[in-house]
Amino acid sequence: MNKKQKKVLLRIIIAALLMVALEFLPVTGRMRFLLFMVPYLVIGYDILKKACKGIWNRQVFDENFLMAAATVGAIALGEYTEGVAVMLFYQIGELFQSYAVGKSRKNISDLMDICPDYANVEIEGKLVQVAPDEVEVGTVIVVQPGEKIPIDGVILEGKTTLNTSALTGESLPREAGAGDEVISGCINMSGLLKVETNREFGESTVSKILELVENSSSKKSRSENFISKFARYYTPAVCIGAVALAILPPLVQMLFLGMAPGWGQWVYRALTFLVISCPCALVISIPLTFFAGIGGASREGVLVKGSNYLETLAQTKYVVFDKTGTMTQGVFEVVGIHHNEMPDRQLLEYAALAECRSSHPISKSLRKAYSGELDESRVGDVEEIGGNGVVARVDGVTVAVGNNKLMERLGVSFAPCHQVGTIVHVALDGNYAGHILISDLLKPNAEEAVRALKNAGVSRSVMLTGDEKRVADQVAAELGIAEVYSELLPADKVAQVEKLLEEKPEKAKLAFVGDGINDAPVLSRADLGIAMGGLGSDAAIEAADIVLMDDDPLKISKAIKIARKCIRIVYQNIYFAIGIKLVCLLLGAAGIANMWMAIFADVGVMVIAVLNAIRALFVKKL
Amino acid sequence: MKKSYKIEVDCANCANKMEQAAKKTEGVKDAAVNFMALKMNVEFEEGRQPEKVMEHVLKNCRKVEGDCEIYF
Repeated sequence: MNKKQKKVLLRIIIAALLMVALEFLPVTGRMRFLLFMVPYLVIGYDILKKACKGIWNRQVFDENFLMAAATVGAIALGEYTEGVAVMLFYQIGELFQSYAVGKSRKNISDLMDICPDYANVEIEGKLVQVAPDEVEVGTVIVVQPGEKIPIDGVILEGKTTLNTSALTGESLPREAGAGDEVISGCINMSGLLKVETNREFGESTVSKILELVENSSSKKSRSENFISKFARYYTPAVCIGAVALAILPPLVQMLFLGMAPGWGQWVYRALTFLVISCPCALVISIPLTFFAGIGGASREGVLVKGSNYLETLAQTKYVVFDKTGTMTQGVFEVVGIHHNEMPDRQLLEYAALAECRSSHPISKSLRKAYSGELDESRVGDVEEIGGNGVVARVDGVTVAVGNNKLMERLGVSFAPCHQVGTIVHVALDGNYAGHILISDLLKPNAEEAVRALKNAGVSRSVMLTGDEKRVADQVAAELGIAEVYSELLPADKVAQVEKLLEEKPEKAKLAFVGDGINDAPVLSRADLGIAMGGLGSDAAIEAADIVLMDDDPLKISKAIKIARKCIRIVYQNIYFAIGIKLVCLLLGAAGIANMWMAIFADVGVMVIAVLNAIRALFVKKL
Repeated sequence: MKKSYKIEVDCANCANKMEQAAKKTEGVKDAAVNFMALKMNVEFEEGRQPEKVMEHVLKNCRKVEGDCEIYF
């Protein structure tokens, strides 16, 4: 509790004790009034002051005014205890609200406690701690074990394992060594690192993420807008109702029914109205729920750029995937070696050597699969034949590595492959030696991700890809996606998504999941763009509404579940708070509910709604 | 131009009122208050000096919520 809150708590205790004591004191009349004014002023002086100020500034319908009017009214009617009690409980409610909000604010910012406080820079042989935003691009910073990497950069020296869980929700540590890019916000777990920064602090991943999360609730959801509108009309409406309740029934009784007007009784009921008129429970709990939901999601590595997207996500029924980089790793790997007489490894060695000077992804995957040292001096007379492959001399043997066209060109008869992927034929001195099958691997969770989406109530999963039909169909079959459109250009993808948008029912939403860079037009066209952010890919973070930090497609269904839980809590709170208030208003008008019940309707409902809202933070087990 | 300011305010409804007040201030194109993060994002109209506009924003906010604070 901060100082302000402690002071309020003290006032609450004093006022409560005084009030109870005065209940048992046998004084009446004027003395009793004066004595009760002591706890009343102790607990309510600031509210009364604010109320006066509000009237002065022509802000009549604020909760201070309402509370002041209700309690002054109650005291004027001789209901001293109730006057003090209403003020007392109102303050308790306010205190709780400020405490709970402060606490959850702290909780959530602790979760996102990825912001580094300093960077170590070596100046004249000594390590000096400087503020991260003072470090210029290209500076070499030192990151000690246990410290956070403050700024994005490239490792110059050192080897370590990095804990990226604060950024990605992924608990498995990542290995990194010299030459690797590192991003800010990761925790250096084991080794001493020297990192050359390649961005300013403000442009670094950690700053971008923090900015994104902090600004996320500026994009307000429909329910939030509904609540602010509701609050604008609700309070004045109830106040007018209160005035009507105080004046009309007594007049009717007096003029038409010839009964005593009973002013006191009706005024009391009107005051009860005023106590219920504050929309606090709603106004606080709805944004709090979204804030907690977004906070919980970011702990799981799902960045949501606004509460409105959480709302859309909860209604998502159609999910459209991109293939490469989204469901597959986007990295080519050797998956098989066929029709060879020599050992696999020897064939691979020949192919890798022949391709050792090429930077083509295929060559890279060959070298990666071979994984041993390649002695370039064994290779000579390299001839690259564009679109076909490479012919080179390795250890005096002419090695031809390439596709069908290369083999046809060289007049080598080759064996076709029955599996899907990119096929690299190898011929040694004009004789066919076998082929290597290279293909893009599925992400480990891709298949489960599709299944989890189905279980989460997504009615239609569609895959779009620029890749050839044969590959696309096989990947779709492995994933269990029935609908697949292949050989699409980026513009075709937009057209396809637009077609799907037309087909879907009114209320269902369509989400597109892509890896960002070349999918940007589709990401913005869909109801909801989900990007595989990857570590540090700016283009993706910019283009999408939701970013999956660790590129795991399984997080899509998780994100949907988080969103649904959040929205469920929002609706619970809306119905609960409005429901209880309406019931109490009716009971109050009928004279069944007294001021005690009214204060429950106000403070109690708020407390419960806030506690319920905080539940949105707990999303681990969804 | 867009800028973000740290604010101090006690209740959510007050934050909403501040938002309304800030939006109505001259020179402000749009404003959003994030009560949970205690931040106010203000988008200024072209050619306005943020400092000057913020003085008016604070004044207007004080009118609706006496003890609020904006750090600029």
